[in-house]
Amino acid sequence: MQFSKEDVRQIAKLANLDLTETEVDKMAHDMGEVLTHMEQLASLDTDLVAPMAQVLYAAPATASLRTDEVRERTRLGTADALANAPLSGAGHFKVPRVIER
Amino acid sequence: MQDISSLTIAEIRSGLAARKFSALELARAAIRFAEAENPKTNAYLTLCPEVAEAAARAVDDKLARGEDPGLLAGVPVAVKDVLSTKGVRTTCASRLLERYVPPYDATAVERLKAAGAVMIGKANCDEFAMGSSNENSAFGAVRNPVALDRVPGGSSGGSAAVVAQGTAVASLGSDTGGSIRQPASFCGVVGVTPTYGRVSRYGLVAFASSLDHVGPFARNVEDAALTLEAIAGRDELDATSAFAPVDSYRAEMKKPVSGMKIGIPKEYFEGLSPETGDKIAAALDVLRGLGCEVREVSLPHTPYAISCYYIICTAEASSNLARYDGVRYTSRAEAASLGEMYRKTRGEYFGMECKRRIMLGTYVLSHGYYDAYYLKAQKVRNLIAGDFSQAFSEVDALVAPVSPFPAFRLGEKMADPMQMYLSDIYTITGDLAGIPCMSVPCGKTREGLPVGMQILTGHFEESKMFRLAYAFEQAGGVA
Repeated sequence: MQFSKEDVRQIAKLANLDLTETEVDKMAHDMGEVLTHMEQLASLDTDLVAPMAQVLYAAPATASLRTDEVRERTRLGTADALANAPLSGAGHFKVPRVIER
Repeated sequence: MQDISSLTIAEIRSGLAARKFSALELARAAIRFAEAENPKTNAYLTLCPEVAEAAARAVDDKLARGEDPGLLAGVPVAVKDVLSTKGVRTTCASRLLERYVPPYDATAVERLKAAGAVMIGKANCDEFAMGSSNENSAFGAVRNPVALDRVPGGSSGGSAAVVAQGTAVASLGSDTGGSIRQPASFCGVVGVTPTYGRVSRYGLVAFASSLDHVGPFARNVEDAALTLEAIAGRDELDATSAFAPVDSYRAEMKKPVSGMKIGIPKEYFEGLSPETGDKIAAALDVLRGLGCEVREVSLPHTPYAISCYYIICTAEASSNLARYDGVRYTSRAEAASLGEMYRKTRGEYFGMECKRRIMLGTYVLSHGYYDAYYLKAQKVRNLIAGDFSQAFSEVDALVAPVSPFPAFRLGEKMADPMQMYLSDIYTITGDLAGIPCMSVPCGKTREGLPVGMQILTGHFEESKMFRLAYAFEQAGGVA
């Protein structure tokens, strides 16, 4: 399967991923090669096979449900939540301006 | 002080009880040893002497008060750098998270600590656990301590290397397509991928959530079994965590194996290097000698596993890695608009393999291709899992090689990603089916490179797997 540089740019846009020209070249080659290998799956008849999204679930489907209350173990204060932020202020993550006034 | 590179967990327990050494002495010796060894292998990304000493002092205090210090008391351990460790940076071997310090511990780490283990550092790995050689680390490849010109395997290469070089007695890794078993086989140590859901994924930085497993490395079967026992079990913070009770693997593994039926999947012996094949054949002779009945079985959908796996794992990875957009996690590229910030941050900070998987995943999930790729792969996954169910209706366990060949040279496969992906053929199937599987040392090639034997059993049959592994090891294994 051929994967063009234009295809690469289109997918990179969907993935919000900047690629250099060198990376676009390499990606076109690599994706073409991998996707060619993946074409073999088309030869398998799977019309009567159910998709498998979850490996196992021996418990009832509702077993993981719980009452909606704060768990001490996962309580995270604002300061901790923001500690790894590249830029924060006034208790929020700060990002470049989204809406022009 | 004994040579810590050969200490077992049982020896540490008895040494501490007899006051031959303190946990603090052991921790300091392990840190000193790790500092001295690390320039050779680059297996640790971070050493945490203060954290280790504090944990060791707590163990010594408990011993002094006559309290039970825990199953893994004083045991120096390392943790793969994709598992969150409170207050200790967790980089995922990515420049993107170079300065990221998690505010909480992964459940597996929390349970290790609760059992008295002493974390001495964070182990190098492939960036976001994506790779089969540990060469995709943004902070440099890991060298195999057995042969320094070779890769240690991946993605948990550092976790395998630290156990092989002896700076940690046990370690934690993660396995999505073979990332525990393959490095364990390349470095000559024991590596265990438990049943999906057996160990909580909470705090494991997500790569492919339906395939990610946390599991231990150790130098012998008993230590691996003990470490798994300490971290396994239901965790309400991981909705896919299993409810099934955890066996006492230590006790179960010592039961006899005579009469066990072992299946040899014939598809796993095609394209195998001759020396690896010879070692597995010798291992089967050992198992026959222990009274096991060995017969051939077939897992007919094996040839489709690579395609199936790399569709599902890249799809899930592209979704999971969407969170690294420059807003929350330490690294951000300067940009005038929000969209540009996302694109530039990801472009600047992700390595090539992560980019490749984000791209492949985005493509297979994109409009018009979903049915042909992702949905198709999920159906094929069902067929692959069905192969195993069929096999386990006939036999108790499967025995196979871990990798088609022993550790390859650094750089040997980096130019061709497809060749690297194909090397995962014998390990990805276990992850797709979510069954427990492990690598047990199985002799060395003429060049001195370790070979690993893989044992696979049905869901939640870790005890049976450990029983075979332990009997094989006690019988002397394969030279």
